[in-house]
Amino acid sequence: MSRLLHSLAEALGADVAADASLRPASVAGCAVPRARFAEAGAVLKDAHAMLVAEWAADESAFGRGFGVYACYRWAKDCVVVKAELPAGDPTFPTLTGSWAPAFRFERQMHSLMGVVPSGHPDLRPWIAFEDWPAGAHPLRKGFDGTRPLARGAGDYAWIRAAGEGVYEIPVGPVHAGIIEPGHFRFLAVGEDVVNLEERLGYVHKGIEKRFESLPWGEGHRLAGRVSGDTTVAHALGYCIALEALAGCEVPERAHWLRALLLERERIANHLGDLGAIANDAAFAFLWYQMMRLKEGLLRTNSALFGHRMTMDCVVPGGVAADLTAEGKRAMAAELDAFLPEYERLVRIYDDNASLEDRVRSTGVLAPQKALELCAVGIVARASGINHDARIFHPFPPYDRLDEIELEVPVLVSGDVHARAWVRVVEVRESVRLLRYILEHLPEGPVRAPVAAPPPGGAGFAAVEGWRGEIVYWLQAGPGGEVNRVMVRDPSSVNWIGLEQALPGNIVPDFPLCNKSFNQSYSGHDL
Amino acid sequence: MLRILHQIFRTGIVTEPLPEAEAEIRVVGRQLEEAIRRRFRGSLTIRQVDAGSCNACELEIHAINNPIYNCERFGVHFTASPRFADMLLVTGPVAFNMEIALRRTYAATPEPKLVVAVGDCGRDGGVFGCSYASLGGVASVIPVDVVIPGCPPTPTDLLRGILAAVELDKKKRG
Ligand code: SF4
Repeated sequence: MSRLLHSLAEALGADVAADASLRPASVAGCAVPRARFAEAGAVLKDAHAMLVAEWAADESAFGRGFGVYACYRWAKDCVVVKAELPAGDPTFPTLTGSWAPAFRFERQMHSLMGVVPSGHPDLRPWIAFEDWPAGAHPLRKGFDGTRPLARGAGDYAWIRAAGEGVYEIPVGPVHAGIIEPGHFRFLAVGEDVVNLEERLGYVHKGIEKRFESLPWGEGHRLAGRVSGDTTVAHALGYCIALEALAGCEVPERAHWLRALLLERERIANHLGDLGAIANDAAFAFLWYQMMRLKEGLLRTNSALFGHRMTMDCVVPGGVAADLTAEGKRAMAAELDAFLPEYERLVRIYDDNASLEDRVRSTGVLAPQKALELCAVGIVARASGINHDARIFHPFPPYDRLDEIELEVPVLVSGDVHARAWVRVVEVRESVRLLRYILEHLPEGPVRAPVAAPPPGGAGFAAVEGWRGEIVYWLQAGPGGEVNRVMVRDPSSVNWIGLEQALPGNIVPDFPLCNKSFNQSYSGHDL
Repeated sequence: MLRILHQIFRTGIVTEPLPEAEAEIRVVGRQLEEAIRRRFRGSLTIRQVDAGSCNACELEIHAINNPIYNCERFGVHFTASPRFADMLLVTGPVAFNMEIALRRTYAATPEPKLVVAVGDCGRDGGVFGCSYASLGGVASVIPVDVVIPGCPPTPTDLLRGILAAVELDKKKRG
């Protein structure tokens, strides 16, 4: 039995009921009375769990009110705790007493679903803006998502600071480079940042609502565009959750090809980030070199899979692309040429004293804070948290851990350098994995049919994208149709990490710190 | 330092010797360079605006800056301020929450205010369509001169689209 579920049952007794609708069986589902929702969270905190995500679903199609859900994990152990809220009184006790990431999750639930976390200290809108019409909760079933909103008026209540010499620097939403939009508000004294407040939501496109209007078999295309730089991992998250829900057995070869695409995506993005981090420390040389290597990988993708970023290659039931013997040889040759080039560049990064001066002890997210924030992915691993969904939610070939011995780099300095170095090591590991996959790739079909999901069922998936863990939760309605698709990009939790890492740094170091986190706006804003 | 120099010499110039399939870039590039020289005194300045994209269009716009495509050799560069821009390169469906910022950016751009809408999203909203949060294509908010379809468009498509906009400007002004 799940250790976390066991702790819950011990503390809450008969108030914990098993929820059998959740798939796969490795993730435990349970329901608690809403009055004990926060208490359950506190119990799991004491059991050393982390809060993965918190969300709400409109369950009126089932003749109920709302469901609020919180997912917790401890290593491989993963539980989803549910509480039901009546439609006429959609309140629930806030998790913010125990959990820092709940601050934003609940603001988002409050804005988009209109459920009310009682006791939450800050219910300013999140993702929704203050100029949305009052009472517009797009994720509710009664909300017509096809019509444009009517724009109202209103101001966002920024955090202020008084005192001699404190001034504000507003940045964005349109930023200086070729980058996504968001707003940053710095409070500074001289060059030193006293506080950074993020305000995101500019690229909110209504993705979660849109999933509800698409058939199950088309959602992967939308998932592949939640955050375009992570198209493989997001499509994979959606597909794995759907396959779990519908009980589809994905062919072995398809699993391996998915892993291959996932690792190629990781390498390409890490190269881009390593170059961009160096560039923001005024070392353009590495940017050009890394971008050159990255371009090579994208061209191989285009030649072998028909798309530079391999969009739409991962589909429900398997993959829409196969690898020929010749393609395998081409990729193996590419890796042989790539690795020595890459190692030379890493050596240059590592040897460069002026770069070192910029990246070391800059933008520190202390391990204790990362833990508090339940950070994930590169950011977590640079701050001492050893978590990787490839190990904790493996699919073939990651489940052959004894054989592939995946090395997950974990550093503790939490600075820009640590976040860069985690990437450096991960690229090497991905190259090693790719070689393993090319050598052992099983033969067979690459796609299986996916049946219609059972009414009322839910499917869960956690996939380690290059940025970190991506979570999907799919809920089928009473007719087996799409009732709710919840997406949690790593950025949903890691953006707070940047806010926490910045105070004490100087304003000019912000771009460098930001680049080392490189969180997705689109994936966060949905 | 020596290692850096060594790497620079060993890499050489990667910009010119493109594979045969990419010969097109050289052709597009040369036309682009010529058009920019005539119309913009050799330098076309672009302000990129993400009005709601999934960010993959941004990756390909970055790529036209990489040493392989190296758009600067044709006189194309990117600026931080719309006030210096000849052209806005706009991606994404226009998110409702970005509408005001996009309109303000457009207002801050001097003539000729060329607008290029990038990607299937920039064309008509793409997979995101029109909804409470997405206003659809860029043209639903500001006037668009050229659309570059694709999801995302390749770097070559982007260069070709920028060229089309520069050429169009020639016609517009006679
Ligand atoms: S066109 Fe495609 S790649 Fe570009 S923003 Fe839209 S979904 Fe993303």
